[in-house]
Amino acid sequence: MDNHELFIQGSRVPDRGPDGDLMTLNMGPQHPSTHGVLRLELLTDGEEVASIRPHIGYLHRCFEKHCEKLTPPQIVPYTDRMDYLASMNNNLGFAVACERMLGLQVPEKVEYLRVVVAELNRIASHLVAIGTCGLDLGALTPYFFCFRDREMILDFFEEICGARLLYNYIWVGGLSHDFPEGMDDKILRFCDYFEARIDNELNPLLSFNKIFIGRNAGIGVVSAEQAWAFGLSGPSLRGSGVAFDLRRDDPYSIYDRFQWKVCVGEGLVGQLGDSWDRYWVKVLEMKESLSIIRQALAARPKDGDVREAVPGRVKLPVGELYCRTETPRGELGYYIVSGGGNLPERVKVRAPAFSNLCIIDEISRGALISDVVAILGSLDIVLGEIDR
Amino acid sequence: MNLPIERHEGGNIILTSAEWLVNEAIARSLWPLTFGLACCAIEMMAAGAGRFDIARFGSEVFRPSPRQADCMIVAGTVTMKMASRVKLLYEQMPEPKFVISMGSCSNCGGPYWQHGYHVLKGVDRIIPVDVYIPGCPPRPEALLEGMELLRDIIRGKRPRPDAAARTA
Amino acid sequence: MEFAELLGHIRAALPGAVLEEHPEAFSPWILVARAQLPALALLLRDDPALDFAQLMCLSGTHLPASASESDRLASIFHLFSPRHRHKLGVKVVLDSADPACPSVAGVWPTADWHEREAYDLLGIVYEGHPDLRRILCPDDWEGHPLRKDYVTPATYNGMPLD
Repeated sequence: MDNHELFIQGSRVPDRGPDGDLMTLNMGPQHPSTHGVLRLELLTDGEEVASIRPHIGYLHRCFEKHCEKLTPPQIVPYTDRMDYLASMNNNLGFAVACERMLGLQVPEKVEYLRVVVAELNRIASHLVAIGTCGLDLGALTPYFFCFRDREMILDFFEEICGARLLYNYIWVGGLSHDFPEGMDDKILRFCDYFEARIDNELNPLLSFNKIFIGRNAGIGVVSAEQAWAFGLSGPSLRGSGVAFDLRRDDPYSIYDRFQWKVCVGEGLVGQLGDSWDRYWVKVLEMKESLSIIRQALAARPKDGDVREAVPGRVKLPVGELYCRTETPRGELGYYIVSGGGNLPERVKVRAPAFSNLCIIDEISRGALISDVVAILGSLDIVLGEIDR
Repeated sequence: MNLPIERHEGGNIILTSAEWLVNEAIARSLWPLTFGLACCAIEMMAAGAGRFDIARFGSEVFRPSPRQADCMIVAGTVTMKMASRVKLLYEQMPEPKFVISMGSCSNCGGPYWQHGYHVLKGVDRIIPVDVYIPGCPPRPEALLEGMELLRDIIRGKRPRPDAAARTA
Repeated sequence: MEFAELLGHIRAALPGAVLEEHPEAFSPWILVARAQLPALALLLRDDPALDFAQLMCLSGTHLPASASESDRLASIFHLFSPRHRHKLGVKVVLDSADPACPSVAGVWPTADWHEREAYDLLGIVYEGHPDLRRILCPDDWEGHPLRKDYVTPATYNGMPLD
């Protein structure tokens, strides 16, 4: 009697497929826990995952083709739409890359404001990551709390540049708008408010919640060597105990002027490099970002035109450049080839989530199906930049 | 409010048409499909969170299965690879079903209109759409208003766009 | 190590592998012979003095035809050493009629998906890749969209594309 007949009779549910030992389970592209349109083909042995074949490209929006058809200032809005949770950081990466090619020095004030908005966006992005990480595991309340605090940051952005999600704020050579009157005080008040929220609300409610630890500790362990080999970056790399942050180790903008520490996972509740460590690094990083914001607001020049150095026409010189910056997800690299014309000849984006996701097969083997959801949540993927 | 309800003599009984009752029930509890495609899905999530609170309008029950949903919010860019899946999901939803196209990308291709070789230029090319919400991305309030317009369609206050004419 | 030192070290270990050097570029790079790439990749990763543990980025480009040459494809590997903090770009140029490039997925596992992407969008065939399939476009997509001479088809599976 084959499995199919057994299934019909209801005598037992087949846990092994008809054509071998393993069963294929499809997860996505429409699935609430895949953070977008990711499709995972799980090969399972009962509840255990034997291997995963990820299928991406369901959100392939031809970013690199657009770059060959548009001038650099026109590309900036498209960088927004790659990692739509951290648009400011994407803008910043592209602006820094173009400015390095142009040899353009941007005004001090612009640099400081860039750091402020980039770090605010890092917090907003981590809040979504943390909220949905809990949501996937069945913790609904932290998601509401995280989105409540995130809305405050979005309100600042709306006041600064008019948009809630996709900003087109950091231009090549400057910014689109100056901070409005009283913005600094509002942000500083938010920093005080939010720091207390992390300690008094987020950590007791989610980070050190027994169920949350139970679901995340010891799951999806990545060693430091593995992390480097698979090109992991950002919190996923630091979760494995590697103290490497491009803001400190390959400095761009003015990050070398601030005092802050690179947070790493320590295996606090499980094993070093597990899902919980990757989650915990994000929580710690939010605090460091608050510290950077405070320092930047205290030191920033008040006067000056933020569009002063914006070139009328951006014509990248002949040459090629690989420039990388640290977004909330890790190393965002732009490889730009210019032939000296108005349009770049080639722009390739090294998206952090793209490289972070490719380790999923390696670290999910032997885990339970429900662990895959926890691992995905901790890797913090955004399909917009994976598929571009 | 001018409701098509009659109060029956003697109290405790009201008379109305079955159509009105059913439509009112659908309109007040639209269950959207959990279906985020791109950036707009983040605004859809924000609409579901505390500040905008889509639960005030009876639509907080995002269903992961199309068989339990009656409203599809196409929130984001529909690509060629995804298009057949979107159509399949739509076909799996039971009648009566409604489609909201959220954001420029699903309305017409949005910023990917010209050079997006892999982008479907409007989800209405594969499934009939009832309400279009403009914006890139639309604010959560815009989504709430779009759902309000959909309720008007369900209640018969607005004509439903002719599905046959649009997909032809 | 500085670029000149790196270059000297590579030239000493693998004579003839480096065809051109471009220290003046924004991101300095070397052009290497296609046949030497597998040996060079292993050297770059395993030599303790080089120790390029991270492949930051792998990109493909299409170089359109010029007056002197027909169109070519290029595969660029941007490497970084976390220990020594040095970077290097390694480029292989291929004839578009024979776009075969040795795969480095066995050296740096992260290259797996990047090579699939370059294959998908530009048609560079990575020899020795464990699973060279399209990654972003659907499996039945026609053509390689990032080639300069790519023409978007009118329809895909009956759906209009313009």
